[in-house]
Amino acid sequence: MQALTFLDAFLGSIGRSVLGLCAAIGRIALFAVLTVSHLLRPPFYLAEFGRQLLNIGYFSLPVVGLTALFTGGALALQIYSGGARFSAEAVVPSVVAIAMVRELGPVLSGLMVAGRVSSSIAAELGTMRVTEQIDALTTLSTNPMKYLVVPRVLAATIAMPILAFIGDVIGIMGGFLVGTQRLGFNAATYINNTWSFLEFEDIFSGLVKAAAFGFIVALMGCYHGYNSGRGAQGVGRATTNAVVSASVLILAANYLLTEIFFTS
Amino acid sequence: MIQLINVKKSFGNNHVLRGVNLTIEQGESMVIIGGSGTGKSVALKSVLGLVQPDSGQILVNGADTTEGDRDAFLAQFGMLFQGGALFDSLSVWQNVAFRLLRGKGKLSKKDARDVAIEKLRRVGLKPEVADQFPAELSGGMQKRVGLARAIAAEPDIIFFDEPTTGLDPIMSGVINELIREIVVEMGATAMTITHDMSSVRAIADKVAMLHEGVVQWTGPVADMDNSGDPYLDQFINARAEGPIEAVR
Repeated sequence: MQALTFLDAFLGSIGRSVLGLCAAIGRIALFAVLTVSHLLRPPFYLAEFGRQLLNIGYFSLPVVGLTALFTGGALALQIYSGGARFSAEAVVPSVVAIAMVRELGPVLSGLMVAGRVSSSIAAELGTMRVTEQIDALTTLSTNPMKYLVVPRVLAATIAMPILAFIGDVIGIMGGFLVGTQRLGFNAATYINNTWSFLEFEDIFSGLVKAAAFGFIVALMGCYHGYNSGRGAQGVGRATTNAVVSASVLILAANYLLTEIFFTS
Repeated sequence: MIQLINVKKSFGNNHVLRGVNLTIEQGESMVIIGGSGTGKSVALKSVLGLVQPDSGQILVNGADTTEGDRDAFLAQFGMLFQGGALFDSLSVWQNVAFRLLRGKGKLSKKDARDVAIEKLRRVGLKPEVADQFPAELSGGMQKRVGLARAIAAEPDIIFFDEPTTGLDPIMSGVINELIREIVVEMGATAMTITHDMSSVRAIADKVAMLHEGVVQWTGPVADMDNSGDPYLDQFINARAEGPIEAVR
């Protein structure tokens, strides 16, 4: 009898968790649909969009650039030592370029921006929720979705491909520096091999991924901030949830988009 | 005129409003009092549509608040929030002129700034404050800026949510007087929620007391002290003993 009660409670807790997860996915999906619908209808807050573009895009450049530089360098060392096992050291330039452009550039940029931007958006909107600034916007005849959410989501979706592209270039540069300074590659041969093996599809797929990651980063920040609980604890939880959910969704979306681009 | 007709609102098992009936005549200053958690803020936010009532009807000048053009509806209102709710990222004048810089009656930046400075002066702040940011101001100054923002577009109806919370008694008196002056001067309908009795006596034409989700008593402020209602007497005289249970 006791075992049955325990089983009942155990299954009940699993059921509640699954239902809670489904409800959360539904709420996020509705929030995303609402955001996109507002994206297409005026009024548009261009000044706010410009401010967000600067904040999300321009101010993320150092963190994305440094991440890409060191990743490109480490990648060159790894591929060189791995390739040496079957005398394929010469593939370093092409593999660094393909790996950076297709995967590491967009994914690492996405994750770094998720850490920097999702958290800051969630904290800002969460504080605005707690201090009634979002209610104040409504009473001032301004739709908070249009004024707060749309500019951030649009700015991140546009800024991320640009950031990822710059990250690609800096990452390849990192590989080039290590390849030519540490591994003894000829500079001209390295550049030539990088260019000759890269295809348009590699770059295009990476940029599409980055745009999707930008959308996810801003959407998660906005969703969790907009629906933040009360007090400092509520804002703290919103910030954590924004970064965690954005990071997980970026990795899941990366797999999905890779399937779409490279398995057909 | 604002009418709340049998308005009910629950949050889960917490039945906050259990059938509120209240009428605020045009140009009247109504103050809603009641203990913490009795639904004062929910009632006020229900009128603005920030909270959706579960049932009942809210009419503003005879029109249902859930119908019609939302922007035009909200354009009638100004609101002073409890903590000011000033936008941190905008300067003081941009906060005050927020509505004037957007929407249908949009003004040029220069005109909006001039109006903002005029409203700041009306609430006792110098023009130098205009370019400061909310975080640089004291609590009393933030309330004044919030008040200037609430009256910037000259609304017909103004809501005040706990206007003196967090202020010292002298500053509370100043804000109370300012609210009274502005409401009379503009001829606006005012709805204030507070549990500060000095605010009630300074601001109110009429008083309504909310208790356990319904209007326990309503009447002119002059009748408040001789109402004969034990709940109201306990509240306005700040007595621990009485029909309202106080958790010790």
